[in-house]
Amino acid sequence: MNELNTSKKNCELDPQLLTNLLIKYSKESEIDKWDVGASTSKDISVQVQQGNAKQLKGSQRNSMTLRVWNKNNKVGITSTSDLTSEGIKKAMRGAIEACRFGNNKETPEFSSLAKSALNELNSTVSDTHTIDELLTILKKAEKELINTHESIDSVPYNGLSESYMERIYINSEGANRYMKLSQSSIYLYAKGEEKNKKPRSAGGIRINSNLEDLQIDSCIKETSDKLISHLNYKSIETDKYLVCFSPEAFLQLISAFSSMFNARSIIDGLSIMKKDSIGSQISVANLNISDEGLHPDNVGAFSFDGEGTPTQNINLVTDGVLKNLLHSEATARKFGVKPTGHAGLGAKVSVSPDWLVVSKSRCGMDTDPNLSINETRKEFILIDELSAIHSGVKASQGSFSLPFDGWIVNDGKHTSIEAATVAGDILKVLKGIVKIEKEQIVTHQGISPYVWVNNISITGEA
Amino acid sequence: MLFHTFDDTLKPQIEELLSLGKKAGADLIEIFLEKSDNISLLAEQDEISNVSPSFGIGAGIRVFLGKKDGFVSTNDLSKAGLLYALNQALRMLGLEVGSSNKDKFEGLSTLKDFGTNKNNWLDKSPDLSESTLKLLEATNSLAVKNKNLQVRRASYSRNWQEVLVAATDGVFARDIRLHQTVGINVIAQKDKNRSTSARRYGSSGNPDDLRNWKIDKSAIELNESAQKMLFAEYVDAGQMPVVLANKFGGVIFHEACGHLLETTQLERGTSPFHDCINKKIAHKAVSAVDEGLSDYAFGSISMDDEGMEPQNTLLIEDGILKKFISDRAGSLRTGHPRTGSGRRQNFSFAAASRMRNTYIKQGNYSPDKLIESIDNGLYCKSMGGGSVGPTGQFNFSVEEGYLIKNGKLDKPVKGATLIGEAKEILPRISMCANDLDLAAGFCGSVSGSVNVTVGQPHIKVDSITVGGR
Repeated sequence: MNELNTSKKNCELDPQLLTNLLIKYSKESEIDKWDVGASTSKDISVQVQQGNAKQLKGSQRNSMTLRVWNKNNKVGITSTSDLTSEGIKKAMRGAIEACRFGNNKETPEFSSLAKSALNELNSTVSDTHTIDELLTILKKAEKELINTHESIDSVPYNGLSESYMERIYINSEGANRYMKLSQSSIYLYAKGEEKNKKPRSAGGIRINSNLEDLQIDSCIKETSDKLISHLNYKSIETDKYLVCFSPEAFLQLISAFSSMFNARSIIDGLSIMKKDSIGSQISVANLNISDEGLHPDNVGAFSFDGEGTPTQNINLVTDGVLKNLLHSEATARKFGVKPTGHAGLGAKVSVSPDWLVVSKSRCGMDTDPNLSINETRKEFILIDELSAIHSGVKASQGSFSLPFDGWIVNDGKHTSIEAATVAGDILKVLKGIVKIEKEQIVTHQGISPYVWVNNISITGEA
Repeated sequence: MLFHTFDDTLKPQIEELLSLGKKAGADLIEIFLEKSDNISLLAEQDEISNVSPSFGIGAGIRVFLGKKDGFVSTNDLSKAGLLYALNQALRMLGLEVGSSNKDKFEGLSTLKDFGTNKNNWLDKSPDLSESTLKLLEATNSLAVKNKNLQVRRASYSRNWQEVLVAATDGVFARDIRLHQTVGINVIAQKDKNRSTSARRYGSSGNPDDLRNWKIDKSAIELNESAQKMLFAEYVDAGQMPVVLANKFGGVIFHEACGHLLETTQLERGTSPFHDCINKKIAHKAVSAVDEGLSDYAFGSISMDDEGMEPQNTLLIEDGILKKFISDRAGSLRTGHPRTGSGRRQNFSFAAASRMRNTYIKQGNYSPDKLIESIDNGLYCKSMGGGSVGPTGQFNFSVEEGYLIKNGKLDKPVKGATLIGEAKEILPRISMCANDLDLAAGFCGSVSGSVNVTVGQPHIKVDSITVGGR
């Protein structure tokens, strides 16, 4: 018997068949307590190069993480991409073996919310498209982008994809979660060069739940506008500057230091916050940060996390004060609160944010209310995108030193910066905010306004 | 039918699939089958906090028509599942199973089995009990060396992979890969000062590697680094000469040059070196290679993921560019010969030209001579990760750095990031020492994350931008 739990036609998981197999194998193994998270996905994607198909890709992927508790209440897990009955049986044996090494001092339990009602999500599953349709759209986008300016010679990195995902969570106490969603995305990264100057590049990304609503034209425009504005560049002097972070850049920075809000990281000593940091003023009073997985613009949202806890919106920083943390079942138990729906699934469960939303609080005043991205005439650095987050951020120390794309802006005139890094300390950045603009801008990774910070170290080549 | 074993017995079934694809009109079809059996462990302080075994199966099917290709991956290794995937890949190129094309498929050659002597590697590797004891020994050793460490962590992963590659050009090859890697990291804290330090060690093809790991030596080295960086001040930014230490210092060449010599970059038109074969691109002190042959090195391979044996590829000789790193598709599209460099993280990625063990060759100077030649500069003893952008701008972080004053090492500094552009930096590598050494790492790119080795002797860069505060 090697029947598959997926159908080749639509890749749908069969939760009932999976449950039956797990009940059978757990009984055979004398395991009374178990839970499982499984997912399947099907996607197609295309890349083009100068009007031709470069690579066309398709995939069908399954995965399952099985967690079991042995008689000594030690937990073991296994993950597998083999969802045949043989594969599941092997996973059960592996998880039982792993139980022997379970951590006595910290045993995860089922989430107390694994069977509670789920929050409504406005997730739609779109119609499928053929690879030819995707190819035609992307070829057209590439051509339009190149045609926007004579100096744009190619779009070396690009892709258009369509994905369908399903996810389930089941446990031996009867929790049974299921959800599916679709997602389409496009990225365009163009290269341009002017005579006797260095090549420059810029890009844009758009994500939506269906291809028809994907904002391809705005992605082309954003990529083109940015690249054109980078063609004329200059070096800048190493110094401290007034900096305006674009919504994308500010979200990148906050995400890189999201261990501040991560209860798991705090317990493990990997965060700059401590358990008693809740209630402390960590930034200027006019900053709010929340995690809003249920936000309607979060098109990749699932209604439950890895432990089956419903996805929830959480206020993390209100009026500059750290109010709440992101929790799994285990961390919530340690803090005496409810799980927040941000967990993975494991013997030691990871925690991560879903969709960060930065906003201007009504309480605090801007230190410099006159600053405005559209109207400020004095010199400032506009940071549009940060790079090399993986190597330039020391999350456990709060420090960062990161290359960036951006402009030096003077009297409203933007001049691209040739190559530079921005460095600092995240808490000093949060406390050095001098203006948070009112307008919140939706990006592919969250929502934020433009945020102004004074006295930031910038290193240039000059 | 599932492919439980990867051996000659699969030949008829694979040939049937390949023949169907060939008849449909494809120029070339390649099937990559994979099974994996991995474990990852984490020890924190004096506890094992995570044990995660994982198993995987899958197949990747790639179809070429002219210079175009379609790639489909699947976890479904049943005959129906593979046929479905093949049909999907063919349809991407406007082809269909069932059509009758004149092109004949000559059949697969005899299985070239690179895994013959590796069938016991999985059993010979440390089991969970042995591995967990070793990790706890490591975190304990860290505690003994320094009582003030706030966080002590040790992680281990053992990745075992069996692959089979078959293609309509006759390639039929099997291999078994075993990679083991240990990472240790600490956070030291004293008053308001905090420092993090990390080291990674890794090997390919050595079941005894974890057993042979010198824990005490690693713990001493890591603690020395953490202690020194604990009270380090932030580096002042600016242009300055730097000396980069051997081993992981080689990340500068990996990022600043290696990626730009992959045919993947040539295909995209993003390599500044695309027309530089036999031209000078670096200082004459620089010779560099990419190979997959060094014993136990993390990036060593018996065959690449397209079934080709790796070559020792001389990239740069005395500053002159000699060769690019090429895979099958890269060779097809750029004309540069394959070098046994077609690599992928797993079945879900199409192979692409990727580095293996990449290093700058050693020169004749002692490391001290390089430092002595600098009045004011920076010594980068330990490097963090880095990246390269689409037009050749690179950056990487310095984990452990020291100022150089009047030819001698001075106080430790932190927060440094090195940035630059490949074309400008290579001519500035003016001195290479005589202490070549390699270090294990992971490289992420178009075909996923692959095991690589970076390396170099101590090198001097005459001038580079150091980002700091």
